[in-house]
Amino acid sequence: MMRKSKGRDGRRRGRKGSKTVVNLVLGIICLLWLIPTLGLFVSSFRPATEILKTGWWTVLPHREYVAKEQLQLPKDTDLRQPIEVNGTTYTDDQLREGVKTDEGTELIWENRRARTIDVRELGWRMSTEFTLDNYAGVLTGKEYDIPKPDGTVSKEKGSNLNQAFLNTLTVAIPSTIIPILIATFAAYAFAWMKFPLRKTLFVIVIMLLVVPLQVALIPILKDYTSLGLNGTFLGVWIAHAGFGLPLATYFMYSYISQLPKDLFESAFMDGASNFTIFTKLILPLAVPSIASISIFQFLWVWNDYLVSLVFIGSQPDVQVLSMRIANLVGSRGNDWHLLTASAFVSMLMPLAVFFGLQRYFVRGLLGGSVKG
Amino acid sequence: MPELKTTANGTKGAAGGARGAVALWSVLIPALNAAGHTGIFLFLRDTELNPVLYAIVAILWGVVGVYVLYASLNWVVEQYGETWKRRIQPYLFVGPAFALLTWLLLIPTIRTLIMSLQDATSSKFVGLANYAAVFTNRLLLTALRNNLLWVLFGATACIVLGLLIAVLADRSSFERLAKAIVFMPMAISFVAAGVIWKFIYYYQPGDEQVGLLNAIVVSLGGEPQAWTSMTQPWNNLFLIVILIWMQTGFAMVIFSAALKAVPEDMLEAARVDGAGEIRIFFKIIVPFISATILSVTTTIIVFTLKIFDVVMVMTGGQYDTEVVATQFYRQFFMYRNFGYGSTLAIVLLIAVIPVIWFNLRQLRKQGGFA
Repeated sequence: MMRKSKGRDGRRRGRKGSKTVVNLVLGIICLLWLIPTLGLFVSSFRPATEILKTGWWTVLPHREYVAKEQLQLPKDTDLRQPIEVNGTTYTDDQLREGVKTDEGTELIWENRRARTIDVRELGWRMSTEFTLDNYAGVLTGKEYDIPKPDGTVSKEKGSNLNQAFLNTLTVAIPSTIIPILIATFAAYAFAWMKFPLRKTLFVIVIMLLVVPLQVALIPILKDYTSLGLNGTFLGVWIAHAGFGLPLATYFMYSYISQLPKDLFESAFMDGASNFTIFTKLILPLAVPSIASISIFQFLWVWNDYLVSLVFIGSQPDVQVLSMRIANLVGSRGNDWHLLTASAFVSMLMPLAVFFGLQRYFVRGLLGGSVKG
Repeated sequence: MPELKTTANGTKGAAGGARGAVALWSVLIPALNAAGHTGIFLFLRDTELNPVLYAIVAILWGVVGVYVLYASLNWVVEQYGETWKRRIQPYLFVGPAFALLTWLLLIPTIRTLIMSLQDATSSKFVGLANYAAVFTNRLLLTALRNNLLWVLFGATACIVLGLLIAVLADRSSFERLAKAIVFMPMAISFVAAGVIWKFIYYYQPGDEQVGLLNAIVVSLGGEPQAWTSMTQPWNNLFLIVILIWMQTGFAMVIFSAALKAVPEDMLEAARVDGAGEIRIFFKIIVPFISATILSVTTTIIVFTLKIFDVVMVMTGGQYDTEVVATQFYRQFFMYRNFGYGSTLAIVLLIAVIPVIWFNLRQLRKQGGFA
């Protein structure tokens, strides 16, 4: 891709000016796209109290009033009267909010009762307080000491995400393998075997692509209730397998059906059966396609919220990451130290897949775009 | 199994014996499979195993179990004569997929359709009353209106921005990096994205704001706002921004591939004729990739119609941000109104069908995926 565009650019000499503009505009867009994630990332490493006190961007160098010296007023200064500081008079209210002087400094009560005033000056600052406590908190459920503004310290328990992380893996791996294995068998039959009803059955599979899973949730839930499958991993696997099948079948079909015919003919000549051809020939050939659709299905399951919400419900020991985080948002919406860290823990897997297997991931995703 | 075959071709008596054995196997193997899988199924359902072990058993079952099912049944089929083998084998390959689909999608769709014609407790038929209600009830109408907003603003912005970024990236000096950055949000979950954006929209009274948007507003001298709740109906737009942030990357990647296919000499010729870049874009590039634009649009529309997680995490559907999918969830799980719930699901299905149908046809014309 890169080489090609460079070649093109060569032919476009004399457009250097416009190229700078393009780079600039695109740079700004990229920055806009990055900032939300960046904010979360930076915040997840800041102490709980800092997150709520100052914006995450204060970790960047910025100009801010910083205390330079302290003034001690006479202890008997009457706060109801105008207060004289260095020859100018101010009111108590002004000093409470901070007031600018002619020299460009700011005066503010440091301790009103002790009558001390901070003289603050604009200076470059960056907040450099970082901590791993938030991650320790969400991963181990460790307790926090959070100083409240009134001086008391409240103890709060972090949420233990280890279990949820493991649950998500437990849900995601079988939910990926089972449907794709089954779908690949079916795709092979649809592509290379002749049987009555082949067309009809295939059209039905394609038609099921359009069914939004909401349509199927209620009846499946009723079946699960009678089978005792609600709130079990097994139930979630079967559900994900069913919902993933039409797409996986279609995706694998479009690959397997395009393999050259000679391949099969020569294999049949050698006396190989369909099953041998499938396991020895097709499966190895289809590995890139299987990888693409597996990654799509895996991330789909990993990121899923609705299916787990419906079939796992409120069972705490089988809850997956997305549910735990959604619960955190609802019940402890202001515990940003927990929220930011847990959101990042949940993003680890997708981001690793994205950066590690980008090619397969994009292909799977493009194919997955028709998922109903 | 080769031995069995040779005996079958041997003397008559041996053939009879072999036929008996085949008959025995064709009962025994499916029965063993059924028993084995039911056993594992019941075990997995009722066991109190340690989660890690449980996961390992499950994964083994998922891979080995499913494979053994196919392999053993196939072995039985291979014992039959050539004609029967040829007749049965395809159904063996297609069967499990079809059984699962029938149980989990085909029959449920029909059942939901029937439930949508019944009352709240699915006890008697009410005709189209639920559908009439969906299109008159204020709450449900709000959901429909919001879905329309999502499709209108969300899809349009994704397409326009995706196209813009694809064109810019094509001419920039850091194409791959830019594309990776814009595409990255597609990998993460809507729940995580919800947390990210909740932090941006975070509101607290006063001048010190830790939410980025309010900090900007305050530094420009404005009043901080509770963006996702108090600014109705504009709060919907703030939720839609999240979708745009996540889905633009998808549009961009596809457009980018399409742009590379525009023949360079065509553009060069237009430039020689003195056409400006903007004119070239609208008169040559856009018509050339119009099929791609169409299919991306439909894909994003389908996605947007079914939007659920973002709304659920950001507002829970409060403050008039309800969409069809969240209202469906509410009707079914909170109000226990199976009639309305099913009707909403069917409405969703009906809205999605033409779009996906169109999309599939388009895909077939282009010769499948990737």
